[in-house]
Amino acid sequence: MEHYNMSLTLKVWRQKNNKEQGKFETYSVKDISSEMSFLEMFDVLNEQLIAEQKEPIAFDHDCREGICGMCSMVINGRPHGPWHHTTTCQLHMREYKNGDTIVVEPFRADAFPVIKDLAVDRTAFDRIIQAGGYVSVNTGNAVDANSIPIEKHSADEAFASAACIGCGACVAACPNASAMLFTSAKVSHLAMLPQGAPERKTRVVDMVEQMDKEGFGGCTNIGACEAECPKGISLENIARLNREYMGAMLDGGSQNAV
Amino acid sequence: MSLTGLFLITFLIVHCYINAQIFWNDGGKSFDELAHFMGTNVVIRTIEIGLFAFLILHIVQGLMLWAKNRAKRSSKYAVKAGNVNSKWYSRSMGLLGTLILIFLVVHIGMFWAPNRTAQTFGDGELPLYDMMRDEFQHPGIVALYLFGCISLAWHLLHGFYSAFQTLGLAMHKYKMMIKNIGIGFSIIVPLIFALMPIAFYFGWIQ
Ligand code: HEM
Ligand code: SF4
Ligand code: FES
Repeated sequence: MEHYNMSLTLKVWRQKNNKEQGKFETYSVKDISSEMSFLEMFDVLNEQLIAEQKEPIAFDHDCREGICGMCSMVINGRPHGPWHHTTTCQLHMREYKNGDTIVVEPFRADAFPVIKDLAVDRTAFDRIIQAGGYVSVNTGNAVDANSIPIEKHSADEAFASAACIGCGACVAACPNASAMLFTSAKVSHLAMLPQGAPERKTRVVDMVEQMDKEGFGGCTNIGACEAECPKGISLENIARLNREYMGAMLDGGSQNAV
Repeated sequence: MSLTGLFLITFLIVHCYINAQIFWNDGGKSFDELAHFMGTNVVIRTIEIGLFAFLILHIVQGLMLWAKNRAKRSSKYAVKAGNVNSKWYSRSMGLLGTLILIFLVVHIGMFWAPNRTAQTFGDGELPLYDMMRDEFQHPGIVALYLFGCISLAWHLLHGFYSAFQTLGLAMHKYKMMIKNIGIGFSIIVPLIFALMPIAFYFGWIQ
């Protein structure tokens, strides 16, 4: 693809902290290369702000290669921008043309309070994992990977669910700010493996309980999460979570399930 | 939501089957026979209480869910993704349900309530078939019924699949099957209902 430079108008959400009201500020950037990533474009804008003695924009990022899930931004209404199965860091500026206006907002959900500007606090996800998204194993040497045979189909499905990077785009996209896609992916990948079997029932009940406690909304199967998930996590995971949950509850819930 | 919704779907099938008897165009003979059975049989009348209980439960649960979910994002997005990542009717279940409710109040007030009142306090069952024929001569009432059927179609288009998903059944090979049956159901059932006032209005059935 041919390289080109562009000038853009950016409307970016600025918010000092969780307490203060935020608002949009408008910035212009020039000479943005079509080969830059969206975050590199933000680096250019931040350099510019620093040179003007202004406060740079806070935004989350880490790996910049689409695997860590940190780069939370809602770009023109879409978590991670317009590209399918793509994180913000993998969105490239060739998507845009000279003169475009781009609106950038944080992931908005009461369960993800704004830390500053575009950076939001997603530790609610960590607490959902801590509630049950693990397997308890004995310490010692790592067990040989092939010591427990796993059927290929289950292994593949579990792997597809485990691809969730915990980015929170599903919550950001959901009109209900529900965390069902994330939680269901985490429940699913362990539910389909023999290693996850002993804690299968307590896991799902405890994780769902924590999810509700964190203040996420209820799932009404709208499907915006699946459409925006950078890792292609399927809604079938939610069906599986519902199934696991009903099974566990019929069996007496968390306390008696072990 | 899912269980009450599926119960209401079952009701729709029965209701639609019975009402469709008018299309025999036999002056309401087949229809009145079945309507008489449904209106007087003890078992059916008992299930009717359950139907109202489930309808109210569905409405209360739905509105509570709607209110709860609305409160989870106090700071709204400036730019909305809209139909890019989801269907408008899946986001509008509360609104569509409320439209159905408005229709239902009028509908129940038109046939069910007067009939039960006459049964309990008056001279017995009312001639429902003749009442239908008379009511559906008014274009305003026909329009209201079409409005009700259209709202129901959109509500079911999401609701049918959603109920199975909530129950954990929309998986693997069943997922597309449920989606497709849902689409078929959401078009066919409201369409048959809609044809009733239309057929009376245009005099296709007498
Ligand atoms: C003939 C009448 C009705 C039928 C057959 C029906 C059927 C359904 C079904 C099958 C669902 C999906 C359940 C689930 O996802 O778990 C649903 C959802 C819903 N219904 Fe109804 N419904 C009817 C009337 C109403 C009325 C009168 C209201 C409210 C005023 C209402 C409000 C809702 C709401 C808010 C949902 C959303 C839940 C979701 O998105 O999953 N419904 N309905
Ligand atoms: S399910 Fe998808 S969108 Fe949600 S946290 Fe996991 S990777 Fe991100
Ligand atoms: S910065 Fe790691 S996924 Fe984008």
